[in-house]
Amino acid sequence: MEWKEILTRLLKNKLSLFGLIIILFFVLVAVFAPILAQPSSEDEPYQIPRAGWQVEPQPPREGYPFGTAQGSYDIFYGMVWGTRTAFRIGVIVVGLSSLIGITIGTISAYYGGKIDEFFMRITDVFMSIPFLVAAMVLTTILGKGLDNVMIALVTFGWMSTARLMRSQVLEIKNEEFVQASIALGAKDHRIIFKHIIANCIFPVLIQAFMKMGSMVITASALSFLGVGAPQGYADWGQMITFARDWILGGQGSALKYWYTVVIPGAAIMFFSLSWNLLGDAFRDILDPKLN
Amino acid sequence: MVNYIIRRFLILPFILFGVTVLVFSMIMMLGPYQRLSTYINDPAQLKGGDLDELVAKYGLDDPWYEQYGRWMGGVLQGDFGWSESAGQPVTEAIFSRFPATLELALFAVIPVVMGGIWLGVLSAVHHNQKFDHIIRIVSTIGWSFPTFVFGLMVLMVFYGILGWFPPGRLGADAAAVVRSAEFIQYTGLNVLDGILNLEFSVVIDALRHLIGPIVTLAIVWWSYILRITRSSMLETLRKDYIRTARAKGVAEKFVINKHARRNALIPVVTVAGPMVLGLLGGVVIVESVFGYRGIGQYAAQAAQQLDYSGILGVAMYFSFLLILINLIVDVSYAVIDPRIRLE
Repeated sequence: MEWKEILTRLLKNKLSLFGLIIILFFVLVAVFAPILAQPSSEDEPYQIPRAGWQVEPQPPREGYPFGTAQGSYDIFYGMVWGTRTAFRIGVIVVGLSSLIGITIGTISAYYGGKIDEFFMRITDVFMSIPFLVAAMVLTTILGKGLDNVMIALVTFGWMSTARLMRSQVLEIKNEEFVQASIALGAKDHRIIFKHIIANCIFPVLIQAFMKMGSMVITASALSFLGVGAPQGYADWGQMITFARDWILGGQGSALKYWYTVVIPGAAIMFFSLSWNLLGDAFRDILDPKLN
Repeated sequence: MVNYIIRRFLILPFILFGVTVLVFSMIMMLGPYQRLSTYINDPAQLKGGDLDELVAKYGLDDPWYEQYGRWMGGVLQGDFGWSESAGQPVTEAIFSRFPATLELALFAVIPVVMGGIWLGVLSAVHHNQKFDHIIRIVSTIGWSFPTFVFGLMVLMVFYGILGWFPPGRLGADAAAVVRSAEFIQYTGLNVLDGILNLEFSVVIDALRHLIGPIVTLAIVWWSYILRITRSSMLETLRKDYIRTARAKGVAEKFVINKHARRNALIPVVTVAGPMVLGLLGGVVIVESVFGYRGIGQYAAQAAQQLDYSGILGVAMYFSFLLILINLIVDVSYAVIDPRIRLE
C-alpha cells in the first residue's frame, strides 16, 4: 500500500484524525515552547521557575494560568517544556529500541539455526525481569536523570520489537520473491534491506506508535517513583510527583488542589492516547479483517 | 507435546543463568564500596570496620567471574545482602511483605481476567453497534491512562471526597486486632486470616483497603484483555463451524457461549505471560500510590533511597516468579492447544 493512500485513510478516519490533531498540537507546543513560556535563563530552559518559596500549591491566577505546584513551581511552564521532554523521550527511546529490535529480529529469523536460538534466548532473558522493575533498577544504579532513564528504557525495551520482527521475517522469508532473489545469488544485505525489511516494516511501525505512548508513561512513572527526572526539571511525571502530597485536598474541599494532578495527568493521557489512536487506525487500514 | 515441554524445561536453566548474569552485570556497574551492601548481612560490619578491609575481605576487586561465583553462592542460599531502607536482610524484607502483595495480586487477577473476557466477548457479539463503539473508546482511553495518575484520582475521589477506600493496608482498629495475641496469622493474607479467625471487621477493613488498588489495576488491564478477547472472538465468529451451528438452528446463546467463546479464549491464554509481566510493574506503582506495604512499595522505597541490594533483590525475586509463571503458561498452552506441538 502506498504511503499517500495510508495518509488519506488516516485523515478520513475520525479517531485517527483526532489523534493526529492532538499530536500536531503537542508538536506545536514543543516547537514554540520558548515563546509560550519564556525561560528565565537561556542556559537552563528545562529548569522550572518558581513563583516564590511557598510550599502549598496555589490555584491558577494571573501570570500562572495553571497555578503553581508544591514548592511554587510554575505548572504552565512545566507543562510546556515538559512537552519537549516527552517527545525527546518518546522519539529517542522508541527509535533506538526499535532499531535494536529490528536488527536482532531480522538477523535471528534470516540466518536461523544457532544464531536464532542464541538471540532468542537472550531476548527471553531480558524479558524475564518485569520491565518497570528492570528500568527502575538500571536507573537507580546509573543515577537519577533523564538520560539514564532513556538508557534504561532502551536496554529493556527492544525485545517485543525483536520478537515481532522475527515472526514477520520468518513469514516473508519463504515467499517466492525472496526465494527467487536468493536463487539469483543476491547478496544477503541486499535481500534483507530491499525485500525483507521493506515488506515487514508496517507491523513494527504500528508497534512503534503504541510504544510512543507507553514509553512516555513509563518514563513519567519512573519520575513519579522518584528515580527519574531531577528535582525541578520540566517533566510531566515530575509535575505529578509534586501533586502527590496534596491529593486529598485541604480544609474545606477535597478537590482544593485538583489542578496539580488533573493538568499534568491529562497531558500524559492525551499524549499516549493520540499515539494509540493512530496505531489502532493504522492497524485497521493494513489489516481490515481485525476491525 | 512431550517434546515441546521437555524442550521448554531444557531452556529453563539457561534463562535462570542469563537472568543472574544480567542482574550481576548491573551490580558490577556500581563501585566496590557501593557493592558492599549486596554482600554483607549486618550493618554493624559497616560501622566499625575499615571499608577497604571489607572490600578486600569480600574480594570486590577480584576479577568479575570470581565475584560472580561468590555472589551466586549467596543467591543460591537466598542471601541478597543487607537492605538499608528496610533495616533488615533483603530476603527477610521481601518475605515479610510477600503476603500483602500476594493478597493484592490474587484479588486483582480474578476481576481483571473475568471482567476483561466478559467485556471482550460482549463487544465482539455487538460488533460495530453502539455498545461496541463505547467499549472500544473507553478501552483505548483506559489503556492510555498512566496507572499512577489513575490511582491518584481514585484516591482523590474515593478517599478524599467520599471517604470510602482509605490508603494503606489496614486501618488502626483492624491492625490492632491483627496484632493481638488471639488473632492467629495463618497465611498473612488479612482477608483469609480474618475469615479463619472469625474476625469479620478485619475482613471488611482489609477489603476496603484493597478496592482502590484493584480498581486502579483493573482499568488498565481490562482494556488489554478486552482487546485480545474481542479480536479473537471476532475471528472465531467468522469460522465455518460457527456458521454451521447457526445454520442448523442452534440458539445464538449456545453458539456464543458453547461454540465460539471456548475456542476464542485459547489465544487469551498466551497473553497471560505479558500480563503478569505488566501486573508486577503495575503492583510497584499501585502499592506506592496507595501506601500499601508490599514488595512493590518496598522496591520503590529502596530505589528512592539508593538501597541497591534491596532493589536488586526485588528484581531477582520478581524475575524468578515471572519465569515460573511463564513456564506454567507455556506448558498449559501446549496442553490446551494441540497445534502448538507442531512448532
